[in-house]
Amino acid sequence: MSSTTHTSTIGAIGAPSRRNTELGLLVFAVLIPIFAYANVGLAIDGTMPTGMIGYGLGLGLLAAVGHLVVRKFAPYADPLLLPLATLLNGLGLVLIWRLDQSERLQQLQERSFGAFNPAAPNQLMYSAVGIALFVGVLLLLKDHRILQRFTYISMVAAMILLLLPLVPGLGTDVFGAKIWIRLGGFSIQPGEFAKIVIAVFFAGYLMVKRDALALASRRFMGLYLPRGRDLGPILVIWAVSLLILVFENDLGTSLLFFGMFVVMLYVATERTSWIVIGLLMSAAGAVGVASTAGHVKARVDAWLDPFGCYATSGACEQIGQSIMAFGSGGVLGTGLGQGNSDLIGFAANADFIFATVGEELGLAGVMAFLVIYGLIIERGVRTALAARDPFGKLFAAGLSGAFALQIFVVAGGVMGLIPLTGMTMPWLAAGGSSVIANWALIAILIRISDTARRPAPAPAANPDAEMTQVVRP
Amino acid sequence: MNKPLRRIAMFCGLLVLALLIRDNWLQYVKADELRTHEKNRRVLIERYAQKRGDIIVDGKSITGSERTTGSDFAYKRTYRNGEMWAPVTGYASQAYGATQIESIEDGILTGNDDRLFFRRTLDMVTGKKKEGGNVVTTLNGAAQKAAFEGLGNKKGAVAAIDPSTGAILALASTPSYDPSSFAGNSKDDEKAWTDLESDKNKPLLNRALRETYPPGSTFKVVTAAAALEHGLYTDPDEKTESPLPWTMPDTRTELKNEGSYPSCKDGSLREALRISCNTVFGKIGSDLGKDKMRETAQKFGFNEEQFVPVRATASNFPTQMDRPQTALSSIGQFETAATPLQMAMVASAIANDGKLMEPYMVDQVQAPGLDVISKHAPKELSRPLSAENAQKLQDMMETVVNQGTGTSAKIPGATVGGKTGTAQHGIDNSEKPYAWFISYAKTADGSPVAVAVVVEDSDAHREDISGGGLAAPIAKNVMQAVLDGSK
Repeated sequence: MSSTTHTSTIGAIGAPSRRNTELGLLVFAVLIPIFAYANVGLAIDGTMPTGMIGYGLGLGLLAAVGHLVVRKFAPYADPLLLPLATLLNGLGLVLIWRLDQSERLQQLQERSFGAFNPAAPNQLMYSAVGIALFVGVLLLLKDHRILQRFTYISMVAAMILLLLPLVPGLGTDVFGAKIWIRLGGFSIQPGEFAKIVIAVFFAGYLMVKRDALALASRRFMGLYLPRGRDLGPILVIWAVSLLILVFENDLGTSLLFFGMFVVMLYVATERTSWIVIGLLMSAAGAVGVASTAGHVKARVDAWLDPFGCYATSGACEQIGQSIMAFGSGGVLGTGLGQGNSDLIGFAANADFIFATVGEELGLAGVMAFLVIYGLIIERGVRTALAARDPFGKLFAAGLSGAFALQIFVVAGGVMGLIPLTGMTMPWLAAGGSSVIANWALIAILIRISDTARRPAPAPAANPDAEMTQVVRP
Repeated sequence: MNKPLRRIAMFCGLLVLALLIRDNWLQYVKADELRTHEKNRRVLIERYAQKRGDIIVDGKSITGSERTTGSDFAYKRTYRNGEMWAPVTGYASQAYGATQIESIEDGILTGNDDRLFFRRTLDMVTGKKKEGGNVVTTLNGAAQKAAFEGLGNKKGAVAAIDPSTGAILALASTPSYDPSSFAGNSKDDEKAWTDLESDKNKPLLNRALRETYPPGSTFKVVTAAAALEHGLYTDPDEKTESPLPWTMPDTRTELKNEGSYPSCKDGSLREALRISCNTVFGKIGSDLGKDKMRETAQKFGFNEEQFVPVRATASNFPTQMDRPQTALSSIGQFETAATPLQMAMVASAIANDGKLMEPYMVDQVQAPGLDVISKHAPKELSRPLSAENAQKLQDMMETVVNQGTGTSAKIPGATVGGKTGTAQHGIDNSEKPYAWFISYAKTADGSPVAVAVVVEDSDAHREDISGGGLAAPIAKNVMQAVLDGSK
């Protein structure tokens, strides 16, 4: 790999800062949700919603703060990431507010919990916290390579975060999945934060071990098989994700961590064998658990034939309702505020919020959303390509890969492409953990891309060009 | 590390591509199937999302729509004078579906009909809400009222037809039900529905179209028509070969008249119809044979379902029977059974000089803007008898009203022809008999109305006169209402 290829991806030298592009895009990212907000109000009761100015100003303020901080502290950052995240966050707010207006969901909440609590104000608050964290990361993390120092601390932290929901009295069981903890009135999904923390560990660990894992191997049937002792870490990660699957009943989180590890391992070692081994292990794990754990099995059944067990199983009804919401939307959708995606009932504004997009914005809207997510992933991978240090490359690759897997698992789940798992669509779904964690994720990507695109005073040595260094005792 | 990174980028692209393909599959390829899926509540929500179109009688709607709360169905059906009109409208309930006109014309009433497609598309572009169209019926409000109020607390049914077109003017059935009472999907609606369903008087049954009764002596009109048509007798006043007493062929059983009527012996058709001689008509049926009798009966519409457009049960004239059974069938007993609509058709064919028009009750279907989408054109169903024979039979039926068993149906200023009937039923005729009356009224411009009335288990005596006593006054009021309206 020569140094010319990666500099051609995102030019490092003399690159314009593109901050004004970002600002222009941000204006759209704020205006589109405001129009969407007005659209919902007009569709539901024919008047401009009263909270419109509040939400518009709130979102605009958050975007402005984000932009100013990026302008000051990460001037060479990728110009697309912040506007895309702002747009998704804004549209998420609109969708959640729209579902707050649903009589059916209000009655459902009153019946189940005694009172109806609108989710949109909370979501706006979480968005503010998310932006605060975004600002905090950019202010405190002057250079992402500092995180290398916390490799093993990150591992411990991630393990603790992942296992918290299993602590009695702290973890809560929501529809079978134990991925929540309850702290002082707030529900937190530690897995969302663990996603970032564990990426730090993987990146730091693999940066050090990549040579051993890559080179010390035997050739077998065309594949480079690693030495037995090098298999250790992957086996440990596999076991941990299986434990998550079995004890927390959460296929999504488990798949996410294992997938992220395999992606980073592959990037670090350039060995296809790891992909093959990873796929085989996850397949074995998934099949093994799916055939034994009742909760996972029900979801697999619901995925195979949602209408066959529609009347008898809640899992089937949920996925059936979700699929019907998508189908009822058709190509152009019913228009915001005019669909019946609230028929999904519980979690209509959380795990299933994408079904509302499907019904009210139609095929066109869903494809637009998928493309927006795709763009974020693409900017993330570009950041990884452009990063000059292996840690940054691995870190950005891991975060982008995990983000892509999460989109696939959630959207694929609600669209019936794969069995449903309890994860949330970043920024769209109601829930503080997801919004806050994803803003942190974007902040890290922005930090890495800023470092990558910043004109270097003296061109740094390309780590890839120094292959000879890597043979260590 | 860039080569694997590029592959990872491609892999992520594939994940997004898979989602895009799946979404196209769901929202484009499978969209219609999912949109109209039987488990998709949106189908019902959409159905009740707007006011339902109305059913129109005499230019006024007999239905309406009402906003409902506490449910995701926005509108429910209401009915004006629901009990009276239930046999016409049927019901449209959020919980129990729709029947009869409400069901058959559902597409127009909800606005979903394909014939409204263009208009719907236009409305979508202009942002107008979808509306339902109207169904204009042929019914006559005054005649319907006379029929419904005439039946009163008694169990029975009335069907009235305009003989020249086949348009149904009245269609009453008692006891009836108010379709408003279970039009929603609340607990009250559920109770009203279960009460109606379990009611042993079967109020939900549309007796005018869906219940067959032994027509008794009213069927003698058909037998008389068969005798004339097949040339057994040609003159109403010609003496028939009718012994009294008459023993049915192949049996030792005498067919009895209801009382002592010496003039039944060799009585002319006119006389036999006037005093309703079982012996004369039994023998005619047996002389003609089952095939000729059946041929005439079927020309009048027997043995076939009618769609008006609501389905009316097929009336029955037996196909397999021996000679005594043929004799009994010819006086409206044995297995002969007819709906009130069928007997109204018999009277209307005779009144219309032998031409039987296809009965119908939906005159027009209108789009939401009152534009006519389709209009019914009267259609001839068959010619059970020649004009000449029809006039002979009219003459005989008029004698029945003027001097015979049907005198209570006389209307000053109009010519009325009719026939009474009392049908026995039950094992050994143990049950209370049905009182029948069929008739038509005529003015100088032809006949505007033919009617059939049946009253179930009233306190009818076993004499033929009861048809005249109970059913004929109802028929008279219905005819009077139509005559008053057409003046």
